[in-house]
Formats: sequence, C-alpha cells, structure tokens
Amino acid sequence: MNTLVEVTDFYTAEFEAVAGRLPGRELDWLQALRRQGLKAFGRLGFPTTRQEEWKYTSVRPIGRERFALAVETCVGLVEDDLGAARMPELDAHRFVFVNGRYAPQLSRPGKLPTGATAKPLAQALREEPDRVRALLGRRVRADENGFTALNLAYFTDGLFLEVEPGVRLERPVHMLHVSIGQSEPAAHHLRHLVCAGEGSEVALIEHYVSLGEGTYLDNVATELALQPQAAVRHYKLLQEGAGGFHVAAIDAHQLDDTHYRSHNVCLGGALVRNDIRADLDAEGARCELFGLYVTDGRQHVDNHTRVDHRKPHGTSHEFYKGVLAGRSRGVFNGVVYVHPGAQKTDAQQANHNLLLSRDAEIDTKPQLEIYADDVKCSHGATVGQLDENQMFYLRSRGIPEPTAAGMLTYGFAHDLVEHMGLEPVRHLIEEILVRKLPHAAELQGVE
Amino acid sequence: MLTIKDLRVAVDGKEILKGIDLQVNPGEVHAIMGPNGSGKSTLAYVLAGRPGYEVLGGEVIYEGENLLEMEPEERAWKGIFLAFQYPVEVPGVNNMYFLKAAVNAKRKYLGLPELDAMDFLKLARDKIKLVHMSEDLLKRNVNEGFSGGEKKRNEIFQMAVLEPKLGILDETDSGLDIDALKTVAEGVNSLRNEERSFIVVTHYQRLLDYIVPDYVHVLAHGRIVKSGDRSLALELEEQGYAWVEEAASA
Repeated sequence: MNTLVEVTDFYTAEFEAVAGRLPGRELDWLQALRRQGLKAFGRLGFPTTRQEEWKYTSVRPIGRERFALAVETCVGLVEDDLGAARMPELDAHRFVFVNGRYAPQLSRPGKLPTGATAKPLAQALREEPDRVRALLGRRVRADENGFTALNLAYFTDGLFLEVEPGVRLERPVHMLHVSIGQSEPAAHHLRHLVCAGEGSEVALIEHYVSLGEGTYLDNVATELALQPQAAVRHYKLLQEGAGGFHVAAIDAHQLDDTHYRSHNVCLGGALVRNDIRADLDAEGARCELFGLYVTDGRQHVDNHTRVDHRKPHGTSHEFYKGVLAGRSRGVFNGVVYVHPGAQKTDAQQANHNLLLSRDAEIDTKPQLEIYADDVKCSHGATVGQLDENQMFYLRSRGIPEPTAAGMLTYGFAHDLVEHMGLEPVRHLIEEILVRKLPHAAELQGVE
Repeated sequence: MLTIKDLRVAVDGKEILKGIDLQVNPGEVHAIMGPNGSGKSTLAYVLAGRPGYEVLGGEVIYEGENLLEMEPEERAWKGIFLAFQYPVEVPGVNNMYFLKAAVNAKRKYLGLPELDAMDFLKLARDKIKLVHMSEDLLKRNVNEGFSGGEKKRNEIFQMAVLEPKLGILDETDSGLDIDALKTVAEGVNSLRNEERSFIVVTHYQRLLDYIVPDYVHVLAHGRIVKSGDRSLALELEEQGYAWVEEAASA
C-alpha cells in the first residue's frame, strides 16, 4: 500500500519524532520554514511520471521505501576508510559528512583566507543564523516538488560557504559525503549554501560516495549566489552505491559578469536525478555546464538543466555526454530560456550519447525557448553506437575488439574530463572510468 | 607468402572484384594500378579484413592459412598492415597509447614479453625519425587535427613500429605534395628487405618513381587485365587508362 496519505503520514510522524533533534530548533523562523516544507510535501507527495518534468523518471522505488532520518551513530570511521575518495593529491579544505552529518574527525578544513567562511550548516545556524536566514530557501523552494519540500523540512547539515568581495580561495573546498548503509533505509537531507561576494573566486567539489550495501536516499539542495564578477567552479561527483538514490536541486543565481562553471559527473547510483539551474539575472553573465554520465546494469540517471537568460550579453555553453551500457537508462532534458530583452545572448547546447548495448536507453530533449530576436542559439543531440570506421582502424592495428571498444568509449567520455581544471579530480575520474568501462584491465596506462 | 585465387567480392550486393588472381612472394613489391572504381581499394580492405565485404568466391592463402577466416586483429598479429587511404581520426585516444597497445597485443600473440612505457618510447622515438616527424605527434590524439600529409606519415610510422610481413599501401600518395611523397617513399624503402613484401595500390605512377615495384598489375572493372614489370606503369602514364578500360570491356 502506497497511497499519498500513507506516505505523507509516515513522513509527518517521522518529522514530529525527529524535529527536536534537527539543527536550529531554537530558531522560530527556521521552524516555520521546516513546517512549510512538511506541508508542501503533504500537498505534493513524490513526483509521478504524469508530471511533464518527471515523465521519463519514475521515483516509485523511492516512494515504496520508508526512509527514516539516518540515526546519529558514531561509526568510528578513520581516514583510510575513505580510500581514493580522499584524493590524496588534492590540496583542499576538506569537509566530510557521514550519513548527512558533519564528521570532524575525518575533516581537514585547514585555514581559510581572511574574508572566507566555510563551515557545516548546523554550526552556521548556531553562530550566524541571520546570514543563513538571508540565503536559505531563496533559490530552491519547498514547493518545487516532494524532494525539495522534504529537504527543507528535514535537512540535517550541509556546507555553509561565504566568500567576501575580492577574496580568492587558492585551494578548493572539498565536501565529501559518505553514505554508510544501515539495516533500515535511511535518508540524508543535505543543504548547501554558497555566497560568492563581488569579484571573489572559489572552487567547490561536491562529492558523494558510499561505503557498504544498504539502501539510502541522498536528497540535496544547493543554493549559490554569485555577486557581480564572482567566479565559481562547481564540481559534482557522484559515486553513489548500488543501493543509493540521489536526488538533487542545484540553483546558481548570477549577477553581472559572473562566471559559473559546473562539472556534473555521475558514475554511480541506482537512481539519480539532478536539477541544475543557472539563472543569468544580470548583464554579461556566463555559465558553462559540463556533464558526464556513465551507466550500466539497471542504473537510471536523469539530468535536467535549465538556463535562464534574463538580461543582455549573457553566454551559456552546455555540453553533456553519456555512455550507457547494460539495461541502464539516461535522461537529458536541457531548457534554455531566453527572456524578452535578453539581446546578444549566446547560448549553445549539445548532448551526445553512446549506447553500448541494445537494451540501454536514452531520452534526450533539448528545449530552446527564445523570446528575444538578436541572439545566437544552437543545440544538438546525438545518440549513436561505436563508430565502425574507428573500430576497424584500431583492430587493423592488432588491437583486439573489446580493447578497441574500451579505448573508443574512454576517448568519447574523456573529452569532458579534459575540461576540468583540477588535476586530482580529473585523475580520480579517469581511474573510475578505466575501472567501469568494458575490458578496462587492458586500458591501464592511460595518460 | 600470399596467394589470391579467383577472388570475387561484393559490397552492398554489387560485385566489385570479379575474379582476382595474384601471387606475392617474400621480398616482392607489387603495384596495383587502375582507374577510379576499378576495385583497388576494395582489394586492400578485403585483405585487411574490413567488415561489410561479402566474399562470393575464391580464396586468399596467407602463409599457408585461409586469410579470409581471420579477424582483422589476427591478421595484424600475423604480419599484415594496411596503410589507409583515409586514416581515421580517433578523438580522445592518445597516439602513443594506441600504438603501444597495438605493439603489445602483437607481442602477446607472438609470446613475447610486453614492452613497458620506457622501452616503447625508445622504439617510437627511433622509428619516428624515419618519417621526419616531431615527437609531439606521440602526445596527440590519433590523427585528430592532423594535416593530410601528417596522417599519411603517421601511417608509415605505425607500419615501421609494427614491422609487418606484408604492407598494403592504399593510395598513400593521394593528397601528398612532392616533399611529403618523398618522405613517405623513403620510409617505405627503408623497410624493404628480402622477407617483407608490399602491395602498393595507386592511381598514379608518380609514387612508383620513388617506390620501385617488381611487378605492376592493372586492375579494371574488378579484374587484373594486364601484368608486367615497371615499364607497364610508364606505359600507363603515357597512354592513360582508356585502353585498359577497352580491353576489360572487350
């Protein structure tokens, strides 16, 4: 039995049980917000495929489970347990969260430059609630869908990052989210707030990994505010486990001459849905959205992106690629909306997909809506198999067919890795790709 | 080394090769000439094992084995190399890594230890001099963004590294200026020896000024209509292909 009432009753009862343990319980305004989220969930429930935005992605596997808030356990993880996810080569301010809560024993925040603040959101709620209040829920609203509603009601922690005007972070901020399977399905509701002051620069890595086998839901909302001339590079790396569901809303609000660059890499998870939005709300704003999804088995990965060009002279460049094997399924839906008056907009979008098996499937939908006349907009989507000429060329040199297929697939995907400025991140992804692609053992030695 | 008997091949249901006979012995260089559409490239591709070619009849025996039953990679391991008329660009695949994989696949087949990165680099540096190319080529993706001349030189470089027994050059001269042509020909000549054979497919006799063949065969409408020595190529240059076409249709 799975009616909306039952689902709502469960999450309402659960909320009453845990509300007293959620951070910021002493803040009336936050309590009101959380109640709003809960109420919105009662109205919306989880999305269904009858809704246009969720047409190709059924979240019934999530709706069927009853995700209790992960209990606070001192799991006794040590640094070595994090393995390659630590990216030892990476010199970063590292914030580790385990099952949705900050884990100080695993974190290495280091010293941030004057004018930059990075801390767990729960801590920010204690130390500077007014700053949190100014940012929270401005971009990702409770009433978007059941997930954003639940997130607002339940969020336990996340990252609070504020960079004052003119401050440039030399080292990236690495948030590492570790999910450890528990006996019962558990939810981790995370909320990240980023405010990049005028002319500031920051690189942020949002990284999700899993240890163990259990069923869990990572439900994330990330809100970014870019003041004029700010530059934010935002990496999102998904290495969720086979029992991991991941739903995320990311919203970047961009003022004059800002630059937002997103690298969204999905390499693991049973069911993944990303909603990534860039709102170019002032002149000369620029965004770049790069995405790569590599799926197999019965994985389902859905990337919805939306770029709003509201003012003149904005640039958006979007480039997504997918490699789908097994019976996996991908969805790409990219909206570019050029509002009236957003003249001289330059918007490009491309989505290319490689299907490695007959049972893999991709639904790709570019969606351009243009209400200004002096603009340059292009889009393209392709779905294909490995190129026969390339296959023959490699085989004619003595490279066995499976290795040739692996090399070509790697080459197809690597295109997107090349765009990444942070070398340790690139290396981690390259290693994972080599492991994931067919006959990867023979691919060792890839540069 | 290679014996082709009454080979008939169709592409998309259309018969292109209509009964080819050819004998290539170790150390020989055979030139296959002919007008466009005569089936020259089809012959080259069939020998290398390109999918999509339907063998209607005849046989190809390479070193005592049925060549037509082998996968393309197996032919490469046994010493066949095709220098492509249009070398394929492979974005995202590094030239050095690609060639190292090819060399080691062959060594594995031959029961030899695989080369490590250092040994391979030494070999590659040595061979790349043959075609007067910069070592930077090794770091680039396979043929990606290469000029026409660079692509052809890269083919000869690969051939030098893989050291085949039978090299098949498919219109390697097309699109090359005279300097590049000379470089490519020098590269090929340096690989000539008593064991290694070549089949040189070309439209123009110009290439044969630099790679001097032992035999010349003229292909027209899917058949070899005339065979001879080098002087046949010169004759073709003087008289054009018209008389060959007539002979074939007669």
